[in-house]
Amino acid sequence: MTTMSLRAHRLAPGVMSWWRGSRRILPWVAATAVLAACSGPGTDAPASTQSPIAAGTLNSVAVVTHGSPGDAFWNVVKNGAEAAGKDLGVRVEYNSAGDPGQQAKLIDNAVAQGVDGLVVSMANPEALRPSIEKAVTAGIPVVTINSGESESAKFGAIGHVGQSESLAGQSAGKRLADAGRKKLLCVIHEAGNIGANQRCEGATKAFGNGSTLQVDINNPTDAQSRIKGALEADRSIDAVLTLNSQVAARAVDAVRESQSAATVATFDLNTDVVDAIRAGKLLFAVDQQQFEQGYLPVVLLQLSRTNLNLVGGGAPVQTGPAFVDKNNVDAVAALVAQGTR
Amino acid sequence: MSTATKTSDVTVSEPPEGPSLFQRLIVRPEIGALLGALLVFAFFSIITDRFLSALGIATWLDDSSTLGIMAVAVALLMIGGEFDLSAGVMTASTALVTALLAVNAGWNVWAALVVSLVFALTVGAFNGWLVMRTGLPSFIVTLGTFLALQGLNLGVTRLVTGTVQVSGIRSADGYNSAGWVFASTLNIGDTHLQASVVWWIVLTAIAAVVLVRTKFGNWIFAVGGSLPSARAVGVPADRTKIVLFMTTAFAGWVVGSCSILRFASVQANQGVGLELHYIIAAVVGGCLLTGGFGSAIGAALGALIFGMARQGIVFARWDSDWFMLFLGVLLLAAVLVNNRFQKRAERVRR
Repeated sequence: MTTMSLRAHRLAPGVMSWWRGSRRILPWVAATAVLAACSGPGTDAPASTQSPIAAGTLNSVAVVTHGSPGDAFWNVVKNGAEAAGKDLGVRVEYNSAGDPGQQAKLIDNAVAQGVDGLVVSMANPEALRPSIEKAVTAGIPVVTINSGESESAKFGAIGHVGQSESLAGQSAGKRLADAGRKKLLCVIHEAGNIGANQRCEGATKAFGNGSTLQVDINNPTDAQSRIKGALEADRSIDAVLTLNSQVAARAVDAVRESQSAATVATFDLNTDVVDAIRAGKLLFAVDQQQFEQGYLPVVLLQLSRTNLNLVGGGAPVQTGPAFVDKNNVDAVAALVAQGTR
Repeated sequence: MSTATKTSDVTVSEPPEGPSLFQRLIVRPEIGALLGALLVFAFFSIITDRFLSALGIATWLDDSSTLGIMAVAVALLMIGGEFDLSAGVMTASTALVTALLAVNAGWNVWAALVVSLVFALTVGAFNGWLVMRTGLPSFIVTLGTFLALQGLNLGVTRLVTGTVQVSGIRSADGYNSAGWVFASTLNIGDTHLQASVVWWIVLTAIAAVVLVRTKFGNWIFAVGGSLPSARAVGVPADRTKIVLFMTTAFAGWVVGSCSILRFASVQANQGVGLELHYIIAAVVGGCLLTGGFGSAIGAALGALIFGMARQGIVFARWDSDWFMLFLGVLLLAAVLVNNRFQKRAERVRR
């Protein structure tokens, strides 16, 4: 029979006497608490906006996106932003976080650093709103990219650079329907991404007859077997649309393994997609030319800061859709390899 | 090394036969985390210019707070000898329940919050009951709960809203009053502290007192140290562990409520993977993976190290490609420091 010694943690006497000593400072703590003001949720910004009136120089730009690190698509955006920084002599800091709360904290961080310009992708606009409005009231010009086009101006951004997701989805769906396809499977790879949903909605609307499948982009093996399973379960599916170049390669393999006759098309490019288009395994890729989404915002901020210009009068700048298929794939291939397309 | 013993206005008349104050400090589980936190704090304060600004402090405290609330609850559970892998997804599930009821069903936010709290406590109790009933490792049981909740989050959200985000809670009844509790900011000078920071400090204090000053705290150490022995001396082991699982679920509800009311929007895939961060923070804070040893204050300090490092790396303007490497090395260093202290502590105990 073992006897049990309960480990009652006795606080060290030193700690206890520290507590007794701290009673002397308690009134001060209380006084601080009284002096501290409270403000309600989401309204922690001062009321007056102090936009920069005089022209100056643009020294630093922070880019905060919702891409996961190592994502092929966002790597091109990062390259674009860094290229613009090099060309214009601006220090560009790129950071990303998939979780909207973390992304909001990265925006707060950039504001705390006092950057001259901010570039933000808004996959979840509502969550970023307080942080972006804080940046705007602090006099930091904001350009939104990639997603959040409809909220961009409302939050006080000076511009938006991206591609309308539902329009791009519709053009992809129409192109597949024109190719004589009858039943579409649209593959969504990020559970929380509203843009992905809009693409699939647009595609199925323009196509007429389709369903969606949820896969996890961080688990390629699982993504491939899920697509394969869907194709085997429903032999009438003759078109697969993926929303990301990494998933496209998995879909091509899944079609081959399940011996389905389905045509695959995708959004976004990478070398795998280029090879698949060359080999005739992919019908086309919708390219939103995301290099522009990295490069142009820095130009917009530079012009706004040094010359007080508002590009396009503040209207959203469209970067796509551009189509890459058998006809132009060879010209684009070299650019994909160097990470700019 | 001896400077560490110089604490302010301590006048202790040392009993000649007892261990010295230095030895008593060194056996405390949170000492390693405290030193680690001081090191990380000093490091980033020196190499960056904005880390110590009012906005900077608010940023890293904010980042530490939601992690810290969870880490403290997870630390209690780990001292009790169990894991909860569903803790990360729970933060999203509770936020989704609140948001769906307030936005799509048009309920008052407070009513929605009460229902999501009941939901969280039910899942926590179920975890605890299943672990105690089957004798399966909690690692396995809560992994199942984690996956189930992840599926529920996505499935229910898409079923009800047709999309994967729920937003629009700002216009629901009772949003303002609930927002004051979970998402307001406390302005001390130029520093705008989020409500989650206040929650973090308060919950850490409560957990620390419960752990070292109450009978229930003793039970936690007992069931984590040796379950058969604890049962033999009459500790209500089942009840203790079930309450601990409910505590992590409750913490998940607090974090979920803070996030939905602050960001007014929640994604179906939030919180996945964070459960490991909570465990890391607790381990950096001196908890053992084997149970029976650890501290709530240590876990809060572990979360502080995590948050300071995460934001400090950005303030330092290091290339974000290497971000995870920096974070991993920092956390490993913190655990190694801890381990050294643990070893010394064991020598002192003997």
